Amino acid sequence: MIQDFIENHKLPVGETAEWLVDVIKSFPGLLNGIRSVILWIYTGFESFFLFFPPWLLIIIIATIAYWSAKKVNLGLLTLLGLLLIWNLGYWENMIYTLSLVLSSALAAILVGIPLGIWTAKSKIMYRIVTPVLDFMQTMPAFVYLIPVVTFFSIGEVPGIIASFIFAMPPTVRLTTLGIQQVPAELVEAANAFGTTSVQQLFKVEIPLAKKTIMAGINQTIMLALSMVVIASMVGAKGLGRDIFIAVSQIQVKIGVEAGLCIVILAILLDRITQSFGNREPKLNK
Amino acid sequence: MFMKAKIKVSRLTKIYGRQTKQALSLLSQGKSKEEILKETGCTIGVNQVDFEVREGEIFVIMGLSGSGKSTLIRLINRLIEPTSGSVYVDGEEITKLNPERLRNVRRKKMSMVFQKFALFPHRTVLENVAFGLEIQKKAKEERYQKAMDALRLVGLQDYASQFPHQLSGGMQQRVGLARALANDPDVLLMDEAFSALDPLIKKDMQDELLELQGRMKKTIVFITHDLDEALRIGDRIGLMKDGSIVQLGTPEEILMKPNNEYVQRFVEGVDFSKVITASRVMKRAESITLGKDGIRVALKRMKNLGLSSIFVVDRNKRLVGAITAEKAAAAIQSGSEDLESLLEKNVPQTDMDTPLYELFEEAAVTTIPIAVVDHERRLRGVIVRGAILAALSGNGVRKT
Ligand SMILES: Nc1ncnc2c1ncn2[C@@H]1O[C@H](COP(=O)(O)OP(=O)(O)O)[C@@H](O)[C@H]1O
Ligand SMILES: [Mg+2]
Repeated sequence: MIQDFIENHKLPVGETAEWLVDVIKSFPGLLNGIRSVILWIYTGFESFFLFFPPWLLIIIIATIAYWSAKKVNLGLLTLLGLLLIWNLGYWENMIYTLSLVLSSALAAILVGIPLGIWTAKSKIMYRIVTPVLDFMQTMPAFVYLIPVVTFFSIGEVPGIIASFIFAMPPTVRLTTLGIQQVPAELVEAANAFGTTSVQQLFKVEIPLAKKTIMAGINQTIMLALSMVVIASMVGAKGLGRDIFIAVSQIQVKIGVEAGLCIVILAILLDRITQSFGNREPKLNK
Repeated sequence: MFMKAKIKVSRLTKIYGRQTKQALSLLSQGKSKEEILKETGCTIGVNQVDFEVREGEIFVIMGLSGSGKSTLIRLINRLIEPTSGSVYVDGEEITKLNPERLRNVRRKKMSMVFQKFALFPHRTVLENVAFGLEIQKKAKEERYQKAMDALRLVGLQDYASQFPHQLSGGMQQRVGLARALANDPDVLLMDEAFSALDPLIKKDMQDELLELQGRMKKTIVFITHDLDEALRIGDRIGLMKDGSIVQLGTPEEILMKPNNEYVQRFVEGVDFSKVITASRVMKRAESITLGKDGIRVALKRMKNLGLSSIFVVDRNKRLVGAITAEKAAAAIQSGSEDLESLLEKNVPQTDMDTPLYELFEEAAVTTIPIAVVDHERRLRGVIVRGAILAALSGNGVRKT
């Protein structure tokens, strides 16, 4: 009897999701707005990077890498890594991938940091956001493709949005953590001098949480990079597509080369963002 | 000396917990902190406290850990919201201000110094000190200039571009003090500001605070759990226990007339010579008046009272000198009548507020007892060697 009851009363979980998708689709203006903003960011990155001849961009990025930590090694590593990508013939695809990663990471940062701050300040938000983030990260990334494609069809934009959803949680989480870790006595001291809450945030909390927030951004970028193959399945171009083709057509050569390029990109992005996060305040004057 | 009330606190109460209404009514029924905790789960932080802090004084709040000192000082600038009661500063009711007015008071009128310094680690010393001015949106040049002035006050101008972690504890707290002074507030709130420092450095800081206070005349509320510290720097002391002020008075009053056992226990073991002042142990001074009494009167009075010397004052009771019985007797035998030529003008003297320990040496060598004079040099009393010893042994004094 219990068995009958359970089997005959399937809960409308999937149906609810479908209904939700329909509801969202009934706001085409909103979807188009999001679409054009994302596309604008992506093409911005893409045309910026493609504007430079490869050798010049390599020098620029290697210089930034060196300057981020004042370490010659990192500059050299960047120089050689990018030269190898150029040499293997994956320069443009690497630029597409980099633009995709940076677009989704930028969106994740722009949404994630304010959300993380709000979550740190409000107990109610904390209770809502924490399980949602767990859900976002454990749900297989492929699942996001379905609603994203129904909303944004195929191309760069749905790829970026799927990466954005998958990659945002660390930025939110670590922003929240960073703000919560600011010693209460420093917040109190700021208050005692008559700070407004905005001043408190920008003059005390964010500067003191900066290292932790940067660690979150680093993780977000890495997660976004891990999404590039999945993004290519909905039509995003770049190294991800090369790998997707290599896998489906069993082409070892392309698979190894494109894979190597992604590894190089991953190492460089990781090191460079890390050394930005670990910068000590300079001893000035 | 102190006139106006700068800060006035009335029926101020803070109860931590949920059922504050219930706890409040139990409190007014006179239930104890423990009973209320048991019945309502609420902790009494501060219990119906009343006091006034006078303009320009150092008002010390002293008590054991957990007695409610930190809560009380934070109620004054409303870092903690009171459950009931009110706080007035310059007659303005702080407890009724809207957030913007309150911020303004915190920016301009009251600054705070913290036990653990609470310096911002991401800012240089100068930027830390300039923080309050930055919050007031003062121009960069002005705020760095004022911050530099404040750093100069505490002797740290050479460390402006260092970071807090590069400095010792004592120096960090100097930065904390400079940060509070940079706003030029009327009121300084200091919560165990020196408690985290080594004893020797602590003493330096106390001296420095007193020295600064001598120049600046701020109104200071100073919290400590250290009685010696309270006695050293306090003009008046409020003793706290379980959220209430159990005694309020000058250091001497607290020592001499502890009004309950709690205060008494606190006071035991205090070095009396540092807190007992000359006026406390002086006796009535015998004197003759120049131009009215002659040598014979002087000698007769000394003989009657069994004294070996007597002070000489003018008609306004101002001390002019002393005369010994020996010289007076010799003068009478030789037929001299001129009192003034016999006068010993070099009489050891002190003012009323001098602590006893500064008088030890003088008392040990002088033949004429030490005269106690007020600020117009009027003779107010005399200190004999025996009285100092009696005071130090703890007897003689308490009984008076
Ligand atoms: N935020 C708080 N929540 C609950 N109880 C508190 C809180 N802060 C202080 N108390 C309690 O209030 C009482 C007074 O504490 P406090 O003002 O810090 O004392 P003191 O500074 O004299 O050590 C103590 O019993 C303490 O446990
Ligand atoms: Mg305390």
